[in-house]
Amino acid sequence: MENFKVLTMAEMMANGEKPEVLFWVGCAGSFDDRAKKVTKAIAKILHATGMKFAVLGTEESCTGDPAKRAGNEFLFQMQAMNNIAILNGYEVTKIVTGCPHCFNTLKNEYPSLGGNYEVVHHSQLLQQLIDSGKLKVAGGPFKGQKIVFHDPCYLGRANNEYEAPRSVIQKLDIYLSEMKRSKANGLCCGAGGAQMFKEPEKGVKDINVERAEEALQLDPTIIAVGCPFCNTMMTDGVKNFNKEDKVQVKDIAELIAEAIDIK
Amino acid sequence: MISSILFTLLLAIGVTLFTNKIREVVRNIQLGRELDLSDRSSERWATMARVALGQSKMGSRPVAAFFHVLIYVGFVIINIEVIEIIIDGVFGTHRILSFMGGVYTTLIASFEFLAIGVLSSCFVFLSRRNIIKLRRFHMREMTKWPKSDANIILITEILLMSAFLIMNACDYKLQLLGAEHYSHATGIVGAFPVSNILLPMLSGMSIDSLVVLERSCWWFHIIGILAFLNYVPYSKHFHILLAFPNTYYSKLTPKGEFTNMQSVTNEVKLMMDPMAVVPAVDPNAAPQRFGAKDVQDLTWKQLMDSYSCTECGRCTSACPANLTGKLLSPRKIMMDTRDRLEEVGKNMNEHGGTHDDGKSLLGNYITEEELWACTTCNACTEACPVNIDPLSIIIEMRRYLVMEQSSAPTELNGMFTKVENNGAPWQFSPTDRMNWANDVN
Repeated sequence: MENFKVLTMAEMMANGEKPEVLFWVGCAGSFDDRAKKVTKAIAKILHATGMKFAVLGTEESCTGDPAKRAGNEFLFQMQAMNNIAILNGYEVTKIVTGCPHCFNTLKNEYPSLGGNYEVVHHSQLLQQLIDSGKLKVAGGPFKGQKIVFHDPCYLGRANNEYEAPRSVIQKLDIYLSEMKRSKANGLCCGAGGAQMFKEPEKGVKDINVERAEEALQLDPTIIAVGCPFCNTMMTDGVKNFNKEDKVQVKDIAELIAEAIDIK
Repeated sequence: MISSILFTLLLAIGVTLFTNKIREVVRNIQLGRELDLSDRSSERWATMARVALGQSKMGSRPVAAFFHVLIYVGFVIINIEVIEIIIDGVFGTHRILSFMGGVYTTLIASFEFLAIGVLSSCFVFLSRRNIIKLRRFHMREMTKWPKSDANIILITEILLMSAFLIMNACDYKLQLLGAEHYSHATGIVGAFPVSNILLPMLSGMSIDSLVVLERSCWWFHIIGILAFLNYVPYSKHFHILLAFPNTYYSKLTPKGEFTNMQSVTNEVKLMMDPMAVVPAVDPNAAPQRFGAKDVQDLTWKQLMDSYSCTECGRCTSACPANLTGKLLSPRKIMMDTRDRLEEVGKNMNEHGGTHDDGKSLLGNYITEEELWACTTCNACTEACPVNIDPLSIIIEMRRYLVMEQSSAPTELNGMFTKVENNGAPWQFSPTDRMNWANDVN
C-alpha cells in the first residue's frame, strides 16, 4: 500500500470537509509501541475501504477512564469536559475507537456531560464495513489456524458486545476456539480499573498469567484481542510460559489488515 | 378453644415481631443517600420477573440451579397450605379448604411431592457445604456465623418438611380410622401419596396417640414457620423476600457506565467557566462527602443490595482478583456493608439517631488493599443471581480515598499527574501524539 496522510479534524475543517467518522486513537494507541501498530492497522483498513476519517491528533487527550475507575472523578470530568468542548467544536457525530475503555467512556459517560455521539468500537466498525460489502475479507494467511478470542471486559460485559469481534475473526476462515470463561463469563486480563498503571496487590498469581494459561491450554496459534491493555497483558502472559515463539497475540484489526494484504 | 386462642396469640406475636424488624430494616436502608429509580418501570417489572421470579441467572451453575428451583418452588407453593393451616388454627376447623374437592386433592398431593423435593435439595445443599466442602463456601469471609447461618436454614427446612409429612400421615390415618374432628362426611379429604409411605410406622398407635403426634407436628410446623419468619431478616436467607425489590431496582444502564457525580460536575463547570450556570446549593445543607467512607454515604440501593445478599459467593468465585489470591472478595464487600449497617442501626436503637461509635465501613470492615485490587471487570455483577452491584461500592470508596483522603497508591497518583500534565496516563509529550501517523503505508 502506498503512503497516505492521516488527516486531523483541523486539517479537514480547513479544507472545508467533514469526515464520516472520527477515529479516536486513545493514549495507548498513540504512545505504546505495540498499540501503535494496531492504530496503523485500523487507519489502513479505513483508508483501504475509502472511508473518510480524521483524527484529533494533538488535540486528543485521555478520556479520563483510568482516573474515573481509580476514583478521581474530578480529573475524569475535567478531561471529559475538555474533550467534549473539542468534539462538539468540530461537530463530531460518529466516533470509532481503538480501545474498549475509550469506547465505553465516550459512549456511556460523556452524554450526561454534554457529549452525544454515535460511538463504536473498531470491531463493530469492521463488522459494519464487512456487512455493507465495503471490506472484503476472504481467508488469507490465517486460513485453518486456531484462534482464541479474549473478550475485553469493557466491550463484552460492560457493553454487551460479544458477536462483532467474533464475526470479524470468522471471516478469516479460521477455527475459532472458545475458552471456558468467555463472553459474559470472560476473565479479565488484569489491566482494567487502572490496574494497568500500578503493581498488583499481594496474591498468589498474576491475573494475566491465569488468563494466558487458560488460552494456551487450547493450543492456539493466535490469541486475538480487541484492547491495547489486553494486548500487553496477554503478551506478557504468553511470555511467562515461554510460548511467544509459538503463539502470537494480535488485535483483530491487525489480523484483518494482514488478511487483506495491507500490512 | 384454648388452642385456638393460643394459636392466634402466637400468630399475632410472630407477625408483630416480624413487621417491627422489617420496619427497622427499611429505616436502615433509608439511611442511604437518595437515588431516583422511579424510571423505566415496565423494564423493571420485566427484569424482576425474569431474574427473581424466573431465576434466569441461576442456570450458569446447573446443579445448584436445579436444587434451588426445587426448594424455591416447594417453598412458594407449600406456603399456600400455610393459609389453610392458619385458618384451621384460628377457628379450630379441620382442612377447611377441602370443600374445593378435586382441586384440593390435587393440591395436597402436589404439596407432598414438593416437600420431598425440598427435603432432598436441603440434604444435597448440606452435603455441598459440609461434606463436599465446595471452595466458595469455605473462603476467608465465611467465618463461623455465615457457615452456621446456612446450616441452620437448611436444617430448619428439613425439620419443617418432616413435620409436615408426619402430620399428613397421622391426619390420613386418623381419617381412615374415622376419628372425630378428622373425618369428613364426604370421605377422605386430600391425597397423601408421599406420607402414605409412613403409615406402616403408625400402625398399632391408638387414636389418642395419633392425635397427640398429629397435633405436635402441627404445632411444631406452624411455630417453626413463625420462628423462621422472624429469623429470616437477621439471616442471609433474607434474599427470599428482597430478591424481588432488589431486582426491580436493578441497574439498567450498561454495566460499564459508572455514575457521573453531579457535585463534581458543578465544580468542574465553574472551574472551566466562572459564569457557568449550575444548580444552586442549599447553604444550610451539610456538605456531602465525596465518595463513601461509611454506610450512610452509600445509596439506599447499595444498602438494599447488602440485605439481599445470600452469600452464595458466585461473585467471588468469578472475581479475577480473588481467583489469583488477592484479599478482595465482592461477597465480603456486601457482607461487611450489611454488618456495618446493622451495627449503625443497633447504635441508633440504643443511643438515638446521631450516635457516633467512631467506626466506619472503610477502615473497620473493608481495607484499602481490598479496594485497590479491583479491576472493575464486572464479573461480580454478572455472576450475581439477584443483580447486586458490589463494584459500585468499591468505586464509591475509591472516590473517598482519592478525593477526600488523597490516599491512592503512589503509582496511581503518578498516573493522575500525567493525565493532568500531558493528557495521557504515561509520560509522553502531547505534541508526539500523532507520531504514529508519520509512516502509515
